[in-house]
Amino acid sequence: MRRVVVTGLGLVTPLACGVEESWTRILDGQSGAGPITRFDPSRVTTKYACEVKYGDGSDGTFNPDDWMEPKERRKVDDFILYGLAAAEQAVKDAGWTPEDEESRLRTGVMIGSGIGGLNSIAETTLLMHEKGPRRVSPFFIPGALINLISGQVGIRYGFKGPNHAVVTACSTGAHAIGDAARLIKYGDADVMVAGGAEAAICEIGIAGFNACKALSTKREDDPKAASRPYDADRDGFVMGEGAGIVVLEEYEHAKARGANIYAEVLGYGLSGDAYHITAPSEDGEGGERSMRAALKDAGLEPKDIDYINAHGTSTMADVIELGAVERMMGDAAGKVTMSSTKSMTGHLLGAAGAIEAIFSILAVRDQVAPPTINLDNPAVESPVDLAPNKKVEREINVALSNSFGFGGTNASVLVGKVR
Amino acid sequence: MSDVADRVKKIVVEHLGVEEDKVTETASFIDDLGADSLDTVELVMAFEEEFGIEIPDDAAETIQTFGDAVKFISEAS
Repeated sequence: MRRVVVTGLGLVTPLACGVEESWTRILDGQSGAGPITRFDPSRVTTKYACEVKYGDGSDGTFNPDDWMEPKERRKVDDFILYGLAAAEQAVKDAGWTPEDEESRLRTGVMIGSGIGGLNSIAETTLLMHEKGPRRVSPFFIPGALINLISGQVGIRYGFKGPNHAVVTACSTGAHAIGDAARLIKYGDADVMVAGGAEAAICEIGIAGFNACKALSTKREDDPKAASRPYDADRDGFVMGEGAGIVVLEEYEHAKARGANIYAEVLGYGLSGDAYHITAPSEDGEGGERSMRAALKDAGLEPKDIDYINAHGTSTMADVIELGAVERMMGDAAGKVTMSSTKSMTGHLLGAAGAIEAIFSILAVRDQVAPPTINLDNPAVESPVDLAPNKKVEREINVALSNSFGFGGTNASVLVGKVR
Repeated sequence: MSDVADRVKKIVVEHLGVEEDKVTETASFIDDLGADSLDTVELVMAFEEEFGIEIPDDAAETIQTFGDAVKFISEAS
């Protein structure tokens, strides 16, 4: 069986633009939350979010000009801009910009988004209402379509392999990485650029999730304390935005070119809840099946897992996932560390699974589990170490990243040291 | 240069991200100024918006160069 390793990483997160810049702040327990500036939030209930911090590119700020020419940027929604920025970092990090046709034919792209160009759709609708359909830009559709990050990345680097995109709400990023790894295993490609991107912090996005009663609403006075997974006082998730992209590569291919290998994709599991459009099944059995499927794929046992990057959104569902993990881990529950980096990044929806897979990979690299911040008063007692408020330095050979999405779609990605 | 030409040039420079001196009378949007077919659609829309005119699709197809655009708009407005 062909093996798949990770050779490049790219991040645009609410904490910073850049992998090391984001990771340092994650280990430090910083929050990316603040008042909404992207639009006037006076009409929506939730007035805070985890926004990408724009700037001149120094000190981890995001400078759009570094990633896309202004005249091209005008034609795309921000989720594509974030995706291209993270992809550029990952491709550069992997050192994979082949000039020969055969290598390009063997390199594919699988980058998804949960919602895609939501803000573009809303704004264009308003424009059409006001000025009529003849004013709709020819770039509206290609600037809002979810698969257009994959398309743009393919065009930018000449990658002519499989060009695909995942749309599974908050599981998108995890499914993209898992599915891309399968394409390499199956022989459709030797290299895949994979991940997710999201930019849904706009009035209709916040209004929509407010209507679902999914967002935190009570922390306008202290947004950095709003995302608090497993804490008794949590009241919903905090919306985040950004992108996470990895370069996946067939093991022998990576070795042959002397690539830096971060970790191996050991296993991938998927399941469906068949229960409710927004709520997870009450006992978390869907999530548990997803985790078990990843273990089976990897030929590993629950006790082999050292670190779990939880879905943990800071909603009622946190304890459902925790219960499923406890059940699956059994006697080994006391030895695993599980944290929710959403306590710091907020919930990046379709990008969440990708940035969290990257944090899991870095946890393996650096032998440290990032903290769950704002966990001051745990909602339930658990034998699982939830890394409250401080990173945990420990042996991490195998890490599991969970993502569960609306519609009852679950994905689990297992990464670890190359065996 | 006429007022129309100035305004058309400003739109072309803005939308195509080209230097002002490249936008000459005979400069073709596609062959000389790096536009693709979608860019030209957007340019025509921007001309319509700026000058408050309607440019029918069959007329739009005849607007290939900066000079074509200035001529058409001068006659239409």
